[in-house]
Amino acid sequence: MVDFNWGFFLELVVSGVLIGLMYSLIALGFVLIYKSTDAINFAQGEFVMIAGIIVGACAASYGLPLWLAISLSVGFMVVFNVGLERTVLRPMIGRPIVAIIMATIGLAALLRGAGPFFFGAGTRPLNLPIDDAPIIIGDHFIYLNPIHLLGASAAVLFLLGFGWFFLKSRKGVAMRAVADSHQVSMAMGINVQRYFALAWVMAGVVAALGGVIWGSLLGVDTQLAIIGLKVFPVVILGGLDSIVGVIVGGIIVGVVENLAAGYLDPMVGGGTKDFTPYVLMILMLMFKPYGLFGKPIIERI
Amino acid sequence: MFHRESGYYKTTYKGDMAFYPLPVGRWSVALLGVFFLVVVPLFLDPYYLSVLCLIAIAIVGALGLNILLGYTGQISIGHAAFMSVGAYTAANLITKLDWPFWLAVPSGGVMAAAIGVLVGIPSLRIKGLYLAIATLAAQFIIEWVINHTPAISGGVQASIEVPRPTFFGEKLDTEVELYYFLMAFAVIAIIATMNLVRSRIGRAFIAIRDQDIAAEIIGINVFRYKLYAFAISSFYAGVAGVLYTYYLSIANYEQFLIVVSIDYLAMVIIGGLGSVLGSVFGAVFVTLLPIVIRIFMDTFGAFFFDPVILAQVTAQFRLILFGLLIIVFLVVEPEGLNRLWLNIRNYFRIWPFSY
Repeated sequence: MVDFNWGFFLELVVSGVLIGLMYSLIALGFVLIYKSTDAINFAQGEFVMIAGIIVGACAASYGLPLWLAISLSVGFMVVFNVGLERTVLRPMIGRPIVAIIMATIGLAALLRGAGPFFFGAGTRPLNLPIDDAPIIIGDHFIYLNPIHLLGASAAVLFLLGFGWFFLKSRKGVAMRAVADSHQVSMAMGINVQRYFALAWVMAGVVAALGGVIWGSLLGVDTQLAIIGLKVFPVVILGGLDSIVGVIVGGIIVGVVENLAAGYLDPMVGGGTKDFTPYVLMILMLMFKPYGLFGKPIIERI
Repeated sequence: MFHRESGYYKTTYKGDMAFYPLPVGRWSVALLGVFFLVVVPLFLDPYYLSVLCLIAIAIVGALGLNILLGYTGQISIGHAAFMSVGAYTAANLITKLDWPFWLAVPSGGVMAAAIGVLVGIPSLRIKGLYLAIATLAAQFIIEWVINHTPAISGGVQASIEVPRPTFFGEKLDTEVELYYFLMAFAVIAIIATMNLVRSRIGRAFIAIRDQDIAAEIIGINVFRYKLYAFAISSFYAGVAGVLYTYYLSIANYEQFLIVVSIDYLAMVIIGGLGSVLGSVFGAVFVTLLPIVIRIFMDTFGAFFFDPVILAQVTAQFRLILFGLLIIVFLVVEPEGLNRLWLNIRNYFRIWPFSY
């Protein structure tokens, strides 16, 4: 290791952190739902995809201004998720967790078909009005993609916002109560179903934002849904019900996969990027299943 | 089928254990057997026979997943990966060592079972969502390993060509012969599962599904039985993978992507969790669904859509309908097609005195 290239290493780490924070943003939607409704959403990636497709279709194909396209997409996600909560998830309260997982897998298939069915299958660009020339720092030439920077800062902002919401605000406290026990919170006069709907709405808004950011990075088509698969290593590493965990998990996943792509790919011939986070996740599941910041579940009969 | 017992006349344990206690039940099953083994292959068009072959393969795979998900309550999103393990194991044995099918099929299953046990080990500590994610990870890791190991995947395009099976020196290369070949495995799988789930092992599975802590307290070694469930389920998956390889004459990892895992989950759920007949219904339904949609779209699609994009629209339409069906079944009829069938049957059993 005489000629270890620190510049290369540092660049991988820095862009890994930024990408990781953008993963955290997607994972946040997942955690929000799990935290408050105990439901598991395997369709988070598809939410991101559909939101991105709507923005892309409105902005690129119908020529609406970007702010209008984004608000339309957010609006759609809110309405859609409220409807979803009413029609699908509410009847399934109290059913085994496997059933809820399957329902969201079905939802994922539905959305993956519906997105291109209604808006066309082609890949659309989604251009945010920012300069995309890389920012260069220092003599080691660390390139920063401005979209990464924007995405990461949006992610941090949202994560801090939700952290505050859960810890300090009245609604957030109520939501944590709902997450702990539906029955007790009902007895304390909390309208549980309203908070379920609220959680899904928040997840929808987060997904829409994720769709805009990831869409501007990758272009919008059904492939955007693959981001959803990155959510699982993030939430398992960090712990399923922890917002701090989402940030840490996201950063770990981002850095690890970037390092794998930088150092392992030349050795084994590619593809390690999609695979190392999962190996890490399996290890975590074997030794500390509830993640770094998760709350262990104690079971009684 | 729609017969009804006039009382409870079983006097021996043997009579009590029989699958079909009444002669009329035995006769209707025999009739079904004759229909599928004699009438169907004689009179059906080769295209529809090949559809039936696909259904037979799907039945084997769906039964495997139902043992794991429906009877033991352990979710797996990596079923297709186990199929690919079986498929590639058998493909390598067939092409490199020239093994006959009666060795290749079980060895593919055994290899898949070994990998399945490995994946099942975390199930001791984790369950529900965590297990779902772990098996999802297994799906990706197995896919990646097969794809990146030329010794397994045969190098170019990760696909191995496999000759059709030979039976006593006779090469099974017509659709009818292949139909008999695959149907035989489907029948064996159905009978094996029906017997498995009422054995000691099957009852232990059901106890674990219903309440695993309680099962442990009454003396079931939960870890061991969970591993059994993973092994048996993956064995079925591996066998299904080998059969699919024979059917296609090629082992290719693209036939075993995560979409296929979800297809199998859908079969088990639409068909009915924890029921053998349900697995059969689910396999038939999910295999036929895309074919029916395609025929429908070929006939009527041109009225609604531009012929250029018709193929795409058909695929999207299939996904939409597929997702919708999973959700509708889960919300409205969690016990699936099997429950619908039982409802119909019970209605006619007591008809016309329905109260």
